[in-house]
Order: sequence, then structure tokens, then C-alpha cells
Amino acid sequence: MSLRLFVSRDAGAIAVGADEVALALEQAASERGVAVEIVRTGSRGLYWLEPLVEVATPQGRIAFGPVTEADVPSLLDALASNTPHLLRIGATDEIPWLKRQTRLTFARCGVIDPRSLDDYRAHDGYKGLERALSLGSDAILTEVTASGLRGRGGAGFPTGIKWKTVAQAKADRKFIVCNADEGDSGTFADRMIMEGDPFLVIEGMTIAGLTVGATKGYIYIRSEYPHAVEAMDAAIVAARRGGHLGDKIGGSTYCFDLEVRVGAGAYVCGEETSLLESLEGRRGIVRAKPPLPAHHGLFGKPTVINNVLSFAAIPFILAEGAKAYADFGMGRSRGTMPIQLAGNIRHGGLFETAFGVTLGELVDDIGGGTFTGRPVRAVQVGGPLGAYFPRALFDTPFDYEAFAQRDGLIGHGGIVVFDDSVDMRRQARFAMEFCAVESCGKCTPCRIGSTRGVETIEKIINGERVSENLALVEDLCNTMKFGSLCALGGFTPYPVLSALKHFREDFIPAPTTLQAAE
Amino acid sequence: MTAVFEPWNETRGAEIITEHANLEGATLVILHALQEAFGYVPEAAIPMVAQALNLSRAEVHGVFTFYHDFRHKPAGRHVLKLCRAEACQAAGGDALAARAEAKLGVSLGNTTADDRVTLEPIYCLGLCATAPSAMLDGRLIGRLDQKRLDALVAEAQR
Repeated sequence: MSLRLFVSRDAGAIAVGADEVALALEQAASERGVAVEIVRTGSRGLYWLEPLVEVATPQGRIAFGPVTEADVPSLLDALASNTPHLLRIGATDEIPWLKRQTRLTFARCGVIDPRSLDDYRAHDGYKGLERALSLGSDAILTEVTASGLRGRGGAGFPTGIKWKTVAQAKADRKFIVCNADEGDSGTFADRMIMEGDPFLVIEGMTIAGLTVGATKGYIYIRSEYPHAVEAMDAAIVAARRGGHLGDKIGGSTYCFDLEVRVGAGAYVCGEETSLLESLEGRRGIVRAKPPLPAHHGLFGKPTVINNVLSFAAIPFILAEGAKAYADFGMGRSRGTMPIQLAGNIRHGGLFETAFGVTLGELVDDIGGGTFTGRPVRAVQVGGPLGAYFPRALFDTPFDYEAFAQRDGLIGHGGIVVFDDSVDMRRQARFAMEFCAVESCGKCTPCRIGSTRGVETIEKIINGERVSENLALVEDLCNTMKFGSLCALGGFTPYPVLSALKHFREDFIPAPTTLQAAE
Repeated sequence: MTAVFEPWNETRGAEIITEHANLEGATLVILHALQEAFGYVPEAAIPMVAQALNLSRAEVHGVFTFYHDFRHKPAGRHVLKLCRAEACQAAGGDALAARAEAKLGVSLGNTTADDRVTLEPIYCLGLCATAPSAMLDGRLIGRLDQKRLDALVAEAQR
């Protein structure tokens, strides 16, 4: 009997040794004359357990981890003889961290072989497209709108409305663009799904094309994600070969094809209009809106531009119906959100759950606090443009509106945890520095304001006229907020102002002994 | 593994440009392809790209200089990228970056005098749950600590 083993090929797993473990398993097996088949999956998203090794059993998959090369001989002996092993976690599906999740988008990630179209189809893949082809454009739009899906890139714009606008636009050509320029620190959900379930993204984009009448799509992937580029390229070739891209998709009269384009290290290209400029081969300078990309997008044509996770949510909505998706969530935030727990965190990884879970539950309970074991002091939610939250706001539910009410944003769902050694003055300065480096230069408050912001925060750090300079920074932030076209200049104030507001003690110098003596 | 690049050659450059020139919005694709072949984008290639795409030299130069990825000159034999974004900062990345700078004797964004190592910051490898992270010549490393960093630096210096 051959052992069927699963080891992730996700970049996050490879970074902690998954390739070496897979190779060692192969070698140890051949030395022992044990027949093994090693399937390289995506990641389950439990990164503190990576490299995770799973074995197929009649009772389902059993997980072991984190496995190092040195553990491999003893692990293989245990697997071959069916005896206990120290690294045995138990049935993968029963791991509480995984069991607590609601995986609609990430249902297959870590389970299937991302290179295998057959595996995708065997796990309910292309059921969404199949139903979409039978429904037709109007009925798809009704489903997507009724699902309540909002743009998962961060802006939270209703996907159904965006698609309807493009569907109604008249043009000789229309485009579908997938924004895979996931530049926010603390986020990796796009990367994971592209590496672990690339056909899902293809299926979502194909449904979008069918709905609005577009026959060409682009996936713009950042250059920092070479593994995702490779996975998407391979999946596109396989989908074409399987009749799921190209002419007559799934036996219909409908044509759709995809192309991967690689970014070149500009954070601002995650902003949709800047991304379109970049796709057209130009500097990633932000465009003023209107006109909206839905009317005047790529090459001036009506364009659906959505984040990876938005497209990835579509197949479930079509296959299972809008209600099945909208039943999850709270208020106007419907469905699930793949939340990413990152930074100084004990149990970091991908946690997909219905909207409404509180920040405290996510950080303390699910995330298990800090990796260093020190108290959590601050968490930045939503990437470099997201606010820093103190423990006092840990009752905030994960929901677009609830975060906005507290001067924050959920963005792309990344949560970066900091322990009590963090100096919030440095974090505030970094936010401005990052903006200065990445600004496209179009809007003065962003281009010049960020540099002045760095200088002024530097003065505060050096104790120069602190209260005066703090007021200046606040004023500058307001100018940036209201005087910038896009979220880079407009949202950089979030981390800065939240640091000033919630962590004021870091910015005010401690009284000197002389003053204390007076 | 060190990447091996071809020396700049006009005929080869023209070939690469022609190969991609028919794509819509081809500028970035071509610049990437040139860099992949030569290790940087040679100055001489800019007017060639402009001509092939019916753009001005200024336009192509503008694109070339806008993006952080494109190199004006070849990098060192090894490129060590350290992730400097927030998730890695939270996990001790600042101290590791300072350590790498001290060990190599160059600041981030520079190449050692012997041309062996280029040390660069990168803003997010998307390995934020196993921070801090690094990339040595395309190989990813997570959960970086002093010991692992020292080993990486030593490997790059070889």
C-alpha cells in the first residue's frame, strides 16, 4: 500500500522549509522501500505548524507539524508502521483553529493539488461557472448583488453594482482585471489563494467576463510574489487545455481568456487606476475619478477591476446561491472575510470567518497573543494605511462600518500585532516614510506632505517643540486626507493619527528630574 | 544559486524587444524581459524600446525610473532582500536589518565594494505570519533570527 502524503508548496511554507521536508520524505521513503506519493498542496493557513505534513487515512487526513528535515526519518517510520509520533496533531479537520472557521473562499486551499484541474473539479470546482452559464447575465447580476459581496481589496464597494455598470456600458471591448498587487504588510490571502487554489480565481474572473460581456482578462500580480505568478500561469495553461478558457468555454458559445502581468515594485499600483495605468505600460500615476473604470477603464474601455478575494468569492455565490453567502456576516458586511493574522503573533495565519468577530477575539483568543510572549500593545489593521488600535478598542467587531466609526479600516483584512516593546513614534514616522517613497507624485499633499511629515515627526522624536509639532502633524494629516486623490495620501493619516490619539504617551517626553524637583 | 546574466548585446536586446512589442501595453513586460536577460536595463535599450513601441524616449525613461524593480546597473552576485514592512518590524526586523548592514558594511539599497552582495529592502514578501522574512537570490526564508541571518549573510558572501 502506498502512503499518500500532503506537503504545502505555499511560499510561506517553503520559507520555513517545506521543500526540504518534501525532499527528505521522498529520500527516506526510497531508502526504506516504502511507496509514497507526495502531493504538494497550498497551505491550510496554520503557519505556526508549517511545514505541515498530512497523511491520507480511511478516517481522513491526519496532520503532523511543524516538521523539520531532522524529524522526517522518525515520522516516516511512524507513518509506515502506524505508530504514534510526537508531532502528531490529529485529524486535520478537527484542529480547533481550522474547525472554528467558515471557509467558503478557502474551502479547497491546502486540500487540493493547485496544479490539477481534475482535483479542482473533483472538489466542486467550476460548479459556479456551470450555473452561471445556465443563468445568463441578468440573473448572475441579481445573485451577486443579493449576496451583498463588497470589494475585498479594501474599499468595500458593492461588487454587484460595479458589475452592473460595466454590463450596461456599450463598447466594442470590455475587460476584466484582477488586482493581485497585494502590497499591504500583514496580508497574504491573495498570495495564498493564487498559490493554493488558482482555478478559483480563474473561475471567478470567467464568470465576471460572462456577466459583463468581456472576453479578455488580466491578472496583475506583484513581482514580490514569484510563486503566485508561476501558479497562476500554470493554472491558466491547464484551464485552456481543459476547455475552461479560450473559445467555447464549457461547451458554450462564450469566449474568455486570461493573461498574467507582473508589477514592478510600486505599492501605489495596488490602487485601481494606478494599476490600470501600469497595465497600459505607463508610470503608475493615479487617475482622477470620474470617469470610473467601469466606464473608462483599461485602454479606455469599460472594465471590471476587483481584488483577488472578490473574484474568489464569486464561484461559491453562484454555485450555492446568494442567500447561502449572505446568511453569514453582520449589518452591511455580508459573507465571510479571510482575515490574516500576522506580525508578532503566536498563531499566525489565514482565518476565514463571518464578519462580526471582535478584534480582541482575533488577536488574543484565535491568534494566541504575541509570539514573544510579551503583552499585546498595538495592532495595525488594514495594512500600512490602516489605523493602530490599542487594547481599549478590542471590542470592535470586524465589519466595514464598525471600523470606520472608530477611525480605522479593515482594508484587505490584515492584522499586524505588536508587543509592548513597540515605539509608536517610529511607527508613525514609518507610515509617512512609506508614503513618501511610494507616492506616485500626482497630489501635492501626498508627495510633499509625507516628506514634511517625516521631518516633523523626527523633530517630535528629538523633543523639539513637541506640542507645536504635534499640532502641525495633525493639521498636515487633515490636508493629506482631504487633498489626495487616492488612498495612499488619503489614508496615510490613519496610522499616524491613531498612533497620536491612542498612544499619546509615546510622543510626550517624560518630565525631566529637574522639572520634577521644581 | 546565482543568476547568470548575458552581457549587453544590441542584437539580443532587439530580439527581446521584438518578441513582446505586439502586446498591448508592453512597456513593463519588455523592461522585465530585458532585466531578466541582462540583470539590469541598459541605458542603450531605452531608445530601442521607445522606437519599437512608438513612444518618446522620455516616456520610456519615465516608466523605467518610476518602478523600484528596474535596475540601472547590474546588482551584486547575490541579492539579499530583507522585508522591512510592518509585520516584520513587529517581529524584530529592525534589529536584523541593522545587523545585516553591519555585517556587510553597507546600508540597505547598496552593494558591497567587492560586488558580491547587494542588500535591499523589500516591502512585503507576504510571509507575514512567519515574520521576519528575507529572500536570497529568489529563495524565501521565514522566521529569520540572528543565527539564520548570519548564515544567509555568510552564504551570500561566499
